[in-house]
Amino acid sequence: MSEPILELRDVRTHFPIRQGFFFKRQVGTVKAVDGVTLSLARGEVLGLVGESGCGKSTLARTILQLLPTTSGSVLLSGRTLADCEAGELMRLRRDLQMVFQDPYASLNPRMTVFATLSEPLLTHGVCDRSEATRQVAELMERVGLAPRFMQKYPHEFSGGQRQRIAIARALALRPQIIIADEPVSALDVSIQAQILNLLAKLVREMGLSLVFIAHDLSVVKHISDRVAVMYLGRIVEIGEARRVIDDPQHPYTRALVSAIPRPDPEVERNRQRIVLPGDPPSPINPPSGCTFHPRCPHAVDACKAAFPELRPAAGREVACSRIGAF
Amino acid sequence: MSLLTVNDLRTYFHTRNGVYRAVDGVSFALDRGETLGIVGESGSGKSVTCYSIMGLIPQPPGRIESGSAIFDGTDLLRCRPEEARAIRGKRISMIFQDPMTSLNPYLRISEQLIEPLLIHGLASRKDALRRALEMLEAVGINDAAKRIHYYPHEFSGGMRQRVMIAMALITRPELLIADEPTTALDVTVQAQILELIRRLQQEYGMAVIFITHDLGVVSGLCDRVQVMYGGRIVETASTRTLFRTPLHPYTRALQQSIPSLQPKGVELFTIPGMPPDLSKPISGCAFAARCAAATARCTGADPVLTEMSPGHAQACLRVAAGEL
Ligand SMILES: Nc1ncnc2c1ncn2[C@@H]1O[C@H](COP(=O)(O)OP(=O)(O)O)[C@@H](O)[C@H]1O
Ligand SMILES: Nc1ncnc2c1ncn2[C@@H]1O[C@H](COP(=O)(O)OP(=O)(O)O)[C@@H](O)[C@H]1O
Ligand code: SF4
Ligand SMILES: [Mg+2]
Ligand SMILES: [Mg+2]
Repeated sequence: MSEPILELRDVRTHFPIRQGFFFKRQVGTVKAVDGVTLSLARGEVLGLVGESGCGKSTLARTILQLLPTTSGSVLLSGRTLADCEAGELMRLRRDLQMVFQDPYASLNPRMTVFATLSEPLLTHGVCDRSEATRQVAELMERVGLAPRFMQKYPHEFSGGQRQRIAIARALALRPQIIIADEPVSALDVSIQAQILNLLAKLVREMGLSLVFIAHDLSVVKHISDRVAVMYLGRIVEIGEARRVIDDPQHPYTRALVSAIPRPDPEVERNRQRIVLPGDPPSPINPPSGCTFHPRCPHAVDACKAAFPELRPAAGREVACSRIGAF
Repeated sequence: MSLLTVNDLRTYFHTRNGVYRAVDGVSFALDRGETLGIVGESGSGKSVTCYSIMGLIPQPPGRIESGSAIFDGTDLLRCRPEEARAIRGKRISMIFQDPMTSLNPYLRISEQLIEPLLIHGLASRKDALRRALEMLEAVGINDAAKRIHYYPHEFSGGMRQRVMIAMALITRPELLIADEPTTALDVTVQAQILELIRRLQQEYGMAVIFITHDLGVVSGLCDRVQVMYGGRIVETASTRTLFRTPLHPYTRALQQSIPSLQPKGVELFTIPGMPPDLSKPISGCAFAARCAAATARCTGADPVLTEMSPGHAQACLRVAAGEL
């Protein structure tokens, strides 16, 4: 792979928990993202998965500089975003766009498709008014919407179509990277497939890089080159999608893969499912050592001592000190 | 004798924007101890079917236009209110996607658990409390003796789901209706809850209607599956048959569009278009507009659920005619 377009170096995003009415005191810290290092190559699709609350959205918003990093750095094409001046940051941010889970909430209900899509074009001076209609039509066609619906409002579209509008808006400034935060989680199965195909096509045709966030593994394998599995703000396994999903190494990844209900009664009834006990613990007081140890079927006393770093194992990287021992 | 027989159920919503035919001629039967999955995309009428049986349809705008739902000899849609009350919440219980639909945020769990037992006069307060504790333990709440005095917000999402299940099962119902109880949960917690429902179903021998949009979920849990589309049943079969030899074009399309675990690179199969607008009368097959195999005849005649082999019925005209 070529030089990475996006790089995260030991990124941490913590939220202070404050209490008190007159004098807000900090009483604790939510370690939503707690030491993430990864890179994204040009044209690459990285799937990011983990249970809700593990920090996926916080990581996405940190990459987009919508949240300040507590420590560590985010580099876009080799430039550290936090060091950039406002003007340069604005230019660089054009290369980074986001698509959200809920297209109902992320689109302005009072703006027509034309207004929604032409706004970024006009504000960034990509084209003038006379050109906007043509460019909006082109964007709509790219995402599979008929340009004749340009003057309609979001509520006149179905969920899947609204997600297409949100994707078109993300594409308006011809970004290099799209971060899609659970873009199909709210959609019906038959519509999910349409949106997944669309994203795959856009990556192919426009040479985009994509960070595709999902809370389970069932949709990511199909679209991703690599997959990163997150648990309590850290990456516990990262590698080629096929490897990670077909032959997971980290006990948590194994449980996630095992928890996906298979649409095949034969397989489903005869397999031994790994059922993890308990809910994901809170990032406010994460467990010591390997934060997964209270739910891990392979944990030993040593797991409570130190957080295992990501280390190469079986052709990918895994953060578990007992790899090979179970 | 079936435990529940639903016959030609039609539930419409009369709104300012027109009449929504949410459920439009649904018939099925359920045996004692049987687990039935109802699968379909959102808006296909799964919830309205079960709400009709449970008497939970807001009227107006809803109206049950026709049909019957006979539970152990009693037609729930037409019987006297006290007869219905003796069945619903006691012999039939329901659980929901959002546990707060059934839980009162201002009452301790203990009070809520014993309520159905006291209302139906099934136990004294002391006995009821003992059973509530047993039930909490049965659904896997650790430290139940202490937590029984908690309020709902003191439980995590997955635990609240367990409390709701405990509450639904405390009267030992003969039928449990579960309306997407795991849809909002993480896969790991979903796996726990499915495991729990499966275990309790076997222990208590109750019948279960499990509503979901996820074919994966029914495959491990249900004896039989019926697929709904546009307010009607389009196919019903044993789970194994439905997955091995789906007949209706919609079922086939639904199965092919599951993205799970498909390798990168292949184009996912998609169903073009969108589900039908239920406020417009649908002539013929509701799936015709999206169906790759549709012909002019498909929008002409109303489809009938036709038995193709014992226990396997489907509603496609062309499949019934042996053309597909
Ligand atoms: N603005 C915030 N203030 C405090 N805590 C937050 C904030 N945003 C997110 N969190 C917490 O950070 C953790 C990670 O959240 P999030 O990134 O949304 O997870 P995910 O997207 O994986 O579900 C959660 O425990 C959440 O409650
Ligand atoms: N309270 C209501 N008022 C008007 N229409 C309703 C109401 N509840 C349901 N409907 C209609 O019934 C249809 C079927 O709904 P539902 O049974 O909830 O679908 P499912 O559970 O399969 O997602 C919906 O598309 C909607 O049009
Ligand atoms: S380090 Fe220990 S607790 Fe963590 S995943 Fe590995 S075996 Fe389990
Ligand atoms: Mg999120
Ligand atoms: Mg529903």
